Amino acid sequence: MPTVTLTVNGRSVTADVDSRTLLVQMLRETLHLTGTHVGCDTSQCGACVVHVDGKAVKSCTTLAVQCDGASVVTIEGLAQDGKLHPMQEAFREHHGLQCGFCTPGMIMSAVDIVNRKGIVDEATIREELEGNICRCTGYHNIVRAVEAGAKAMVSGTPVRQAAE
Amino acid sequence: MYPFKYQKAATVRGAVSLLKKAEEPKLLAGGHTLLPTMKQRLASPKTLIDLSAAGLSGIEQKGRSIVIGAMTTHAEVANSPVVQQAIPALAKLAGHIGDPQVRHRGTIGGSVANNDPAADYPAALMALGAVVHTSKRKIPAEEFFAGMFSTALDEDEIITKVAFPIPSKAAYVKFPNPASRYAIVGVFVAKKGSNVRVAVTGAGSNGVFRHEAMEQALAKRFNPKSLEGIATPAADMNGDIHASADYRAHLVGVIARRAVAAATA
Ligand SMILES: Cc1cc2nc3c(=O)[nH]c(=O)nc-3n(C[C@H](O)[C@H](O)[C@H](O)COP(=O)(O)OP(=O)(O)OC[C@H]3O[C@@H](n4cnc5c(N)ncnc54)[C@H](O)[C@@H]3O)c2cc1C
Ligand code: FES
Ligand code: FES
Repeated sequence: MPTVTLTVNGRSVTADVDSRTLLVQMLRETLHLTGTHVGCDTSQCGACVVHVDGKAVKSCTTLAVQCDGASVVTIEGLAQDGKLHPMQEAFREHHGLQCGFCTPGMIMSAVDIVNRKGIVDEATIREELEGNICRCTGYHNIVRAVEAGAKAMVSGTPVRQAAE
Repeated sequence: MYPFKYQKAATVRGAVSLLKKAEEPKLLAGGHTLLPTMKQRLASPKTLIDLSAAGLSGIEQKGRSIVIGAMTTHAEVANSPVVQQAIPALAKLAGHIGDPQVRHRGTIGGSVANNDPAADYPAALMALGAVVHTSKRKIPAEEFFAGMFSTALDEDEIITKVAFPIPSKAAYVKFPNPASRYAIVGVFVAKKGSNVRVAVTGAGSNGVFRHEAMEQALAKRFNPKSLEGIATPAADMNGDIHASADYRAHLVGVIARRAVAAATA
């Protein structure tokens, strides 16, 4: 079995996995990081989005072996020192979730959008969230959350203060 | 997915020799077509040869051409200042393939080798008169695409790069499937001197094709009005749950006019 070494949320991990193992399986089943979800398993829904070497990818359509040596960030890696990431805080503040199933993928995609584009307008957010599907919210509050989260990420001002 | 052996090639030559000796091999690029197909058990290669470390990504301008390495991702093409400056239509095309996550993994080589009849890149290669460079030879786009999901590639041949001559005017307009973003109809028009090419993807029952009647009309006058009255035979169109052949034939005219308008804007 191939040996795969990843840096996951800043921690180095090594595991022997079957070549077929998807990145999402390694994260969930080997490393027990179950924050990354599997919605469709067909690369449509975005519930499985994580960052690989700084880029948002669908971990259900990526083999773990393809990521050998890479740095992976999952939803568990966003909060620092017990404080939510500004984008997580924005989803809470703006009620950007209902059942929460799509949320980890939405937030990882949202952070990627801001990393690439900075502060973004509504139209850009809607276009950029093309690969993330939500069955509950109707997207409205997700878009508002991403807008607020982007501002908080870029300015460094906490979401709550910015919302007041 | 059925089990397979995973191997990473460090060079193109290494990948070619693996292709020749490995058991039922298949090349792995971004995996965004191949892995879903393997999950559905529509493909079951015994060996996957990963090209990611074979030094095949990168974009450069060489004379009057833009040369893009096979492993260059859609996002890299979309964001490349070189492509944006020389062939903005190509950067825009790459920036509208699938979604951001697909664009971070999917590659031009994988897309071209797969020749999905609804893929975007084949239209760009045909309209711009691109040349596909492989581990063995150089193949003009016209000879490369050989009908739906089929190409001129030999079993042990690897795409290394694609060279796109820089046009004077070009545009790509796609009528996307609202769910997958693949083209229901996509038209790429390109003008270079007095030569005009119109390539249509998504619509034809035999994959990407050049629309010669439109090319002749546009060579006389490069204006959307020149396309009025030019019919596209529905008999040559693909019909499926997403759109009937008649509807696609109609859309080809509409989208082609929009593409010419965008190229002249
Ligand atoms: C949700 C989703 C939406 C998408 N939307 C679109 C869209 O709107 N438009 C569009 O055009 N495409 C779309 N795609 C397809 C996407 O662009 C794929 O990434 C692309 O078609 C295949 O590229 P890849 O690098 O992933 O190739 P892979 O899946 O790794 O490989 C595809 C095939 O090409 C072969 N191959 C790969 N590289 C080479 C090479 N260098 N030489 C020879 N053979 C090679 C492989 O062996 C395999 O048979 C979408 C895909 C997904 C999952
Ligand atoms: S689970 Fe990966 S895209 Fe849906
Ligand atoms: S909150 Fe339920 S799927 Fe998005």
